[in-house]
Amino acid sequence: MVVRLANAVVMSKGFPLLSGVDLTVDRATLTVVTGANGAGKTSLLRLLGGLDALTSGAGDVAGIDLLSGDRRLLRRRVGWLGHEGSFYADLSAYENLVFAARVLARPVSDVDAALERVGLGHRATTTTKWLSAGQRRRLGIAWLLVRRPELWLLDEPYASLDDAGRAFFDQLLADVVAGGATVVISAHDPLRSIDLAPRTVHMAGGRVRVP
Amino acid sequence: MIRVAWLVATKDLRIEARSRVLLWQVLPFGVIALLLAGLALGPAQAGASSAGPGLFYLVVLFVALLMINRSQALENAPGTRASVATLGLDPAGVFLGKAVALTVELWVTGVVLLGGSVLVLHTDLLGTLQALPSILVTLATLASAGTLYGALTQGGDGPATLLPVLTLPAFAPLLIAGERSFSAALQGGALWQWWVIVVVALVAYTAVGILLYGVLEES
Repeated sequence: MVVRLANAVVMSKGFPLLSGVDLTVDRATLTVVTGANGAGKTSLLRLLGGLDALTSGAGDVAGIDLLSGDRRLLRRRVGWLGHEGSFYADLSAYENLVFAARVLARPVSDVDAALERVGLGHRATTTTKWLSAGQRRRLGIAWLLVRRPELWLLDEPYASLDDAGRAFFDQLLADVVAGGATVVISAHDPLRSIDLAPRTVHMAGGRVRVP
Repeated sequence: MIRVAWLVATKDLRIEARSRVLLWQVLPFGVIALLLAGLALGPAQAGASSAGPGLFYLVVLFVALLMINRSQALENAPGTRASVATLGLDPAGVFLGKAVALTVELWVTGVVLLGGSVLVLHTDLLGTLQALPSILVTLATLASAGTLYGALTQGGDGPATLLPVLTLPAFAPLLIAGERSFSAALQGGALWQWWVIVVVALVAYTAVGILLYGVLEES
């Protein structure tokens, strides 16, 4: 079990972002969290990534307790792809990935492979802010490929991707899960691809609603 | 910590070299501010006035505030903060790296503004060169303190306006010591008393930053 939450509550400035979430996620699975805007999808992913603190309840992610564990250690084990992209806008695609690789002591040769894998090999030297939204999203995926986290947290990953990008991303997710990593995705709607066979959970009002 | 500091410093400097914000926005602003200071003194007073060092540090203050905000804004761009947080960087290394990068940027700016002081405010060239080491140390101290306070304000609302309010009380002793040191160099007086204040502050702010930057990031 990679994720285990019991009555998890996250408060921000007195406002409940999550109001009692119960959720378990098995290793090497794909879970899709659906729900309307403001349902708490992003907040749930941020909690799982150690980006926001658990206010009350109980939970552990990748074996690290969310109340008493070292959230910095947890963050090193997860990969995050947010709405807006994941990098420094004034660095090139290549420089962004090299920075991540060097921080994590990964070989720089991984960067070339990751850029080729996401189809950005020809845009490696382009400054990131000049990439299109879809290309920035692909760069975010490359960032995760370099990082190789054990838990992938992807916030609306299909946004800005065209049909080819979606097909590519479906295949990538299948490979990632087959490789033993765990993936949790937030999305407004259930995934189109039936090949991935994800588990879908629905959120509303900061809680998980079991269908 | 040193490895992370090196990576962060080179990353920040590369971003600055690429974006040219320092070159096209901050430096022109500083030079224009110096020029206005010279105009305020008037051509007859500029050479004879002892206000040169004070005006230099006043402009440095304005420029430093812009650069501190810029330095912190790099980390707080939408999406960047969360992704970089998941890299699990050592906060002490991040602090050191950002402080070093800001120091280099302030040094470049300071040297240009010193040249402007000689030209516009007619400060004595030899005295200015003698004051250069103390100015570089003062700028490094401002960078260290600024990195610390910059992280403190980025977590709240209105960071750009909050930063001057918080930093001015902390910067005031440094600016006074820097100005006194610069004036002493121009007038041939002793420098060391003012150096002590600045060097002690540099060590103190760097130590506090190394210890507390992680707490500030989390908050």
